[in-house]
Amino acid sequence: MRAARKGDDEAYRRLLLLVAAWLRGVASRGLAAAGRPNADCEDIVQETLLAMHLKRDTWDETQPLQPWLRAIARHKLVDHLRRRGFADHVDIDDHSDTLAAPAAAEEGSALDARQMLASLPERQRRIVEGISIEGQSAKDVGVRMGMSEGAIRVTLHRALRALADAYRKDRT
Amino acid sequence: MKTEQLVASLVADRAGSARPLGRSVSRAVLAGALVSLVIFALEFGPRVDLAAALATWRFDAKLVLVLAALMAASVACLAMARPVTTARWRWAVLPVPLIAAAALGTELAVLPAGTWEARLVGSNALVCLTAIPLFALAPLMALLLAMRRTAPASPALAGAACGALAAAAAALIYAFHCFDDSPLFVLTWYSLAAIPVVLLGAAVGHRLLRW
Repeated sequence: MRAARKGDDEAYRRLLLLVAAWLRGVASRGLAAAGRPNADCEDIVQETLLAMHLKRDTWDETQPLQPWLRAIARHKLVDHLRRRGFADHVDIDDHSDTLAAPAAAEEGSALDARQMLASLPERQRRIVEGISIEGQSAKDVGVRMGMSEGAIRVTLHRALRALADAYRKDRT
Repeated sequence: MKTEQLVASLVADRAGSARPLGRSVSRAVLAGALVSLVIFALEFGPRVDLAAALATWRFDAKLVLVLAALMAASVACLAMARPVTTARWRWAVLPVPLIAAAALGTELAVLPAGTWEARLVGSNALVCLTAIPLFALAPLMALLLAMRRTAPASPALAGAACGALAAAAAALIYAFHCFDDSPLFVLTWYSLAAIPVVLLGAAVGHRLLRW
């Protein structure tokens, strides 16, 4: 994280992927404890990653990183469980056979996250798709869309904030 | 979108925006206080005997007390803005009751008991109760907006800390208008005036600062 603050993209990427793997464990344990199917797991991971990214200024460099991460993860997990309500509570025994076969980590969420993307304004959506799904750099997307790299970054930042808001509001 | 793909967007967005929390908070307070200063200059104005007042211990004690409260509230506000809070911010609050007790003790020792009540009620209580919340409004709004970027463990507490900080900034401005310098008056009425600001901060913060 310190390296990432100094501008090391590669370090930040490695950190985010590490955190994502760790979050996957936290989220599926949390879901299991609440008696929920594991299908939401990847959504929680992505929502938490977004929060961690957008709120990264609240980490105090003089403090260890882990308690901060854990606090954000707990906050997002509780938030998610509360939003879903406890109405669709499933008894874990009824599903013990399906629980035993863990699905490939990411399959369940791809659809949901695409709906999230669809809720973004046209331009924001195209930028996120360009960078995330087609793997282009901000510069390339800018050339393609006739925008400066700076404008792309501003719009991308807005898109990520909108995505985080969509996660918070969309599911009731 | 897969998580690995989301990460690509997050990395691309990383550039530039790691601003220290303290700077955006102090900037918000300053911007809000400027608005309040304009109201102060237009509607209130400094007291006429400001130069003479600066030489009295009561006025100086009032300033020291308000400045200590401002420091304490700033530190508390920054602590509340984070998802994990260490207990360190409490040390910053400690000087406030110490200074208050010292000023109060001196005042009670200096003045004969018969005059305490007149000092406590003062002549400006109503002005104090309206001016401090009024001056606090702009800083409070600026602060709450700045704090939306943060991730408070408790949005209501963070809002209350914003309210305390805004009230302290307002008190600092108002102190230059108010004739009542007795610690008896300051401790009573300034604190009472801060209460609605803190409550408003907590109520708005509870809604606005959720993340």
